[in-house]
Order: sequence, then structure tokens, then C-alpha cells
Amino acid sequence: MSARTTEPGREPFQTVNSRIAVLPQDNIDTDQIIPARFLKVTDKAGIGTHLFEDLRRGPDGVLLADFPLNKAENEGVAILLAGHNFGCGSSREHAPWALAGAGFRAVISTSFADIFKSNALKNGLLPVVVDSATWSALAHLASSGGTVAVDLSELEVRWPGGKVGFTIDSFARTCILHGTDELGYILDHEPEIAAFERRRERGEQQ
Amino acid sequence: MTDQAPRTLFDKLWQAHVVHEAPDAPTLLYIDLHLIHEVTSPQAFDGLRRRGLRVRCPARTVATVDHSIPTERGPVRDALAASQIAALERNAREFGIALYGTGHPQRGIVHVIGPELGLTQPGMTIVCGDSHTSTHGAFGALAFGIGTSEVEHVFASQCVLQQKPRSCEVRIEGTLGSGVGAKDVILALLAQIGVGGGTGSVFEYTGSVVRSLSMEERMTLCNMSIEGGARAGMVAADDMTFAYLAGREFAPADYEAAVKRWRSFRSDDGARYDMTIGLDVTRLAPMVTFGTNPGMGAQITATVPDPARVGDASQRASLRKALDYMGLKPGSRLAGHPIDVVFIGSCTNSRIHDLRQAASVMRGRKVSSSVRTLVVPGSYAVKRQAEAEGLDRVFIEAGAEWREPGCSMCIAMNGDEVPPGKYAVSTSNRNFEGRQGKGSRTFLSSPLTAAASAVTGCLTDVRSML
Repeated sequence: MSARTTEPGREPFQTVNSRIAVLPQDNIDTDQIIPARFLKVTDKAGIGTHLFEDLRRGPDGVLLADFPLNKAENEGVAILLAGHNFGCGSSREHAPWALAGAGFRAVISTSFADIFKSNALKNGLLPVVVDSATWSALAHLASSGGTVAVDLSELEVRWPGGKVGFTIDSFARTCILHGTDELGYILDHEPEIAAFERRRERGEQQ
Repeated sequence: MTDQAPRTLFDKLWQAHVVHEAPDAPTLLYIDLHLIHEVTSPQAFDGLRRRGLRVRCPARTVATVDHSIPTERGPVRDALAASQIAALERNAREFGIALYGTGHPQRGIVHVIGPELGLTQPGMTIVCGDSHTSTHGAFGALAFGIGTSEVEHVFASQCVLQQKPRSCEVRIEGTLGSGVGAKDVILALLAQIGVGGGTGSVFEYTGSVVRSLSMEERMTLCNMSIEGGARAGMVAADDMTFAYLAGREFAPADYEAAVKRWRSFRSDDGARYDMTIGLDVTRLAPMVTFGTNPGMGAQITATVPDPARVGDASQRASLRKALDYMGLKPGSRLAGHPIDVVFIGSCTNSRIHDLRQAASVMRGRKVSSSVRTLVVPGSYAVKRQAEAEGLDRVFIEAGAEWREPGCSMCIAMNGDEVPPGKYAVSTSNRNFEGRQGKGSRTFLSSPLTAAASAVTGCLTDVRSML
């Protein structure tokens, strides 16, 4: 990858060890992850403070004591266990920015919406798909405060008494492991892009 | 081409845009048209500046302002929205991008102006940092939403890296009854497959019903493909497509030659899809949603479903939570439920066809005194057309508000909001919790149903008013 075009400040990582916060609802959409009224910013700073804003707070703006991420034991948790089809809805990359900004490094679910998954991987946030039996085991573990390791290098989720493999787009995995991003790779293919454009102009395509 | 196996429309468009393929990386795909707006582009421009990069093809990039702009005349009062709009103006100038900005006579919702200007054309790949980019697939294009990182990629390289999705034929057969249209069809499809039913795939809508739909209706259908989880939705280009685009500002100069080429943008006979979904719409009634995602919909003649009758525990919990948020009682009738707000607009239903439909119901009637009704045209071109036809008078005389173009109450970023706890009938695309304002409760419907409900003050089967 081209060093010239690598996004500065991206941290490589291999394994995240953390307790788990659980949001069991299915179809948690991007409007719930980060409501649209917080999209009027022109940078990424501070978005994490509004993560799940309307789920976290009651109509009066007061933090809801029973919302999982408001509980003291979930302070600093880096892994979220969420219901099916997490991240459905809009293409806003503010959703993974908010999760990453709030300290999350991995979300585990039985499935993710396509655009969210793609956006998450570009921000070093791992969308980890597990089967429903594993999901239940992890939810049980979370209730007892157990710690999980999400190992991107070995493509394994490990916890006391269990482990399971997962798959992730191999290209995105390489990027995250090395702390590089995709644009460097794309720009290394500039000659092919230029050749494609020349073919187009000569009318060879379509 | 003749010696090739039959190909789907999706396969043809994908293959025609492959720049580079490698075994250990996603496909590098060339993008013909990149549409941008104020919300998902500023961080991408900042990325370019940080790396010292330029926009590779400014001529393939078109900007508009739609999400955070007020629909009242006058200055942008929200300081954050104003600074976001100013950032787009600055960025468009700096990088040489055409901007349909504040005050431009062709400004409008990005997915309305693309087709309207003839920028959207058959055979193209089209992206935008907006999930409803799927709308443009109605023209036989491969169009999908991307994140802001990818917006930066397209700026810098005119390409995106994509894993190839699966192809899924959505075959819609039968005969649409009076008062039932494209919005009802897509809500029925979503009720059938759920909001994750299309994950990992690209829909191609086929069948006799789709062929008979106008371009505006096809756009409504493709628009909500993403609500089923599909990245894109498409309809093969045909004479309807070519007639729509003829004479538009950016239509090709040699139109006959273009049409000849465009005729190939259909699936070959015998082409195989990875999946097929069927839907018969013959007995379909107007649809409304009752829950908090677009898959939670039912015919207007139905009652609110009972969670106790749902077998799957997690679906039961989802339904219970949704009904709790919506304040709806299981077993109660949907028709007749009181409402507070009606919103006619959004990239799903703000085109001239939609406004004509709404006006056909409101003409000579008054909206209920208990309902605030907003009609928000998708673009200034739509607004001018509607005014030329006198539709604005119909809406105003009925007691509705006739606003300036924008995304408005669909995403509630611009000050147009449904108050907490209030019920809206909305022609938009998402009924998520808080989507139309914190605590807002949304019933998604067609423009006909929305207009009928505005008049009666409750969810209404429009067929009784036609």
C-alpha cells in the first residue's frame, strides 16, 4: 500500500479484550445509533457522545438507568452484542463513527446491514457475525460480567469455556491489521483506472 | 455477445464497470455518476485535503443541498445547518464541482434532480452518500448508497471497492386495483420479506405490473429497495425510460444512438438470478405501516397484529416494543386511527405524479382542522410544474402548507418535525423510532392514502374517496 495515501492516526489492532454490553433488539437502525439531528456536523469529533442518544435518554433528556450502556458495569466496554440485522437504514458513516467514538471496537450480531458493515470496516470497527447459539452463549456470559476476546488475527471469538471462528472480508481484515485504509490500495491502481477511462472514450465499453 | 450465456441486467452493468479484479480484494468498480449532498460529503472533502488529493472527475460529480435546508423561504437560521451548507458551497468551488445550491432554480432532493436533469441514464453506475440512491435503478442503472469513506474514494479515484452482491429477481404480477400503486406494492413486498430480506443482494423488479408503472412509480419502487436490505433495485430500460429522458438537459446529444445502446440494458431471456421473489398484487389494498420499521406494514383494512400470536420470541419482542412505541393496541383497526400530521414529500414520493395523486384527493376538500399537512415538492422543477397545473392552489385551498423543496420531515434535520408522541401519515420511506423527530410516530403510506387521511384526520382507505 502506498504510504503517501494512508490515513494518518489509524491504529492497527489484532485483538480486543473486553466485557460485553448487550442490546438484544433486532433491526437496530442507524437512526437509533445516531439520530439525524446530530448529522449537521462537518467533522467526526464528538459524535460518540450522541451514540444511541434517544435510547439512552427519556423524553426529559435524563439518562435512563435501565439502558444497558448507561449502567456502571458497562463503562469502558469495547464490544457490543446486538440483535439481528444491526445497522439497517441509512448509509450514514456517522453510525460507526459514533460507535468507535464511544470506544467500541467490535459489534457482534447474527447479521449486519450491508452498508453499515462496509462503513464499520473502514473505521476499524469489527462487524462480527456469529450463529444464534453463540449469540445466546455470549449474552449469558455478558450477564455474568465475563470477558471476551475478539481476535482479528486468528479470526476467533474466545471466552472462558468456548471459542468460535468468524469470517470477515479478507481485504478489510488486512487493512485493519496493518492500520492502513483502502484508498491507498485504490490509488495504486491508477494506471488501470486511466486505461479503463481511455477504453471508455474509444467506445470499447458498453 | 451472442455466444455468451444469457446475463442479468445486473451482471451486464457490473461487468461493464470492472476496472480491476484480484483474488484477495474486492472488485474495483468504475462510477459514472457521483451525486453528493451537504450531510455526507464534508468529511470526505477534508480527507482529500489532508492527503493533498484532488477530485479525479469533477464532471462526473454533481452536488445539491437537500437534507438540512429549511422548506420555508428565507435564510437558514440553524447555525449548524448553515455551516454545513456553506461547507458544501466552499468545497464545490474549491474542487470544481457543479452545485445545485441554495437559490438555484434546479435545486432539489438529490434523487429527484438526478433523473429530472437527465443525469441519470441507463447503463450507468451511480453512487451517492445516501442509501436511497437505489432510486436511480429505475432507469436500468446500477445505483447504490455508499458511506463517507467511499465518497472520498470516488472523489479521488472515480472508483469504489465492492464485493459483488447476489442478484434477486422480484417478479410482480397481477393487476393493481384502483387507489393502489407503487408505494403500496413496495410496502407489501417489505411486509413479506422483512427489512433484512434483501441483505447482500440487488433487486431487479420484473413482471407485468412493473412494465406498466410510470418512471415516477418505478423510482418509488426502487427507492425503498434499501428498506428490504438490498443495496440496489433496478428496472430494465424500455420505451417508457427513453420517453422520460428525451429532451432533458443532460440527455445525450445523439439521442437515437443512445437509445439503441440503452436497449441492451435489460436481462437476457433465460438469464438466471441467484434468487427470485414473487408477489401477486391483484387483491392488494392500500398499505400502511403500523410499526417502527418499513417491514411492519399491513393493508389498511387490517387490524394491528397481536404479539401474543407471533411464534418467534425475538419477533414477538420486536413487535411488542414497536407497538408500545407507536401506542397501538393489538387487534384495533388501522383505518380510523387518529393522526396529527401529514407529510407528502421525500425522495420516495415528491415527484409530479405523487403531487397529482395527492391533489386528486384534496381537490375541493379541506384537510382536517386537527391535522397539520405539509406538501413538499422534491425539486424546484417539480414545484414549478405543480404550480403550472394549479396543484399548489388545490393544496393551499385545502388548508395544507405548500413548501420549498428538500428532504424536510422525512429525516427531520431542517426544523420540519413531528412533535413527540404525535402521529404522522408520511409518504417517506422510514418509520424508525425518532426518524421524523424525537418521539415521532410514523405511518408510512402512499400519497393517495396520506391525502385521504389528511382530509378525514385519521388513517383512511382512500378507495372510499375516489
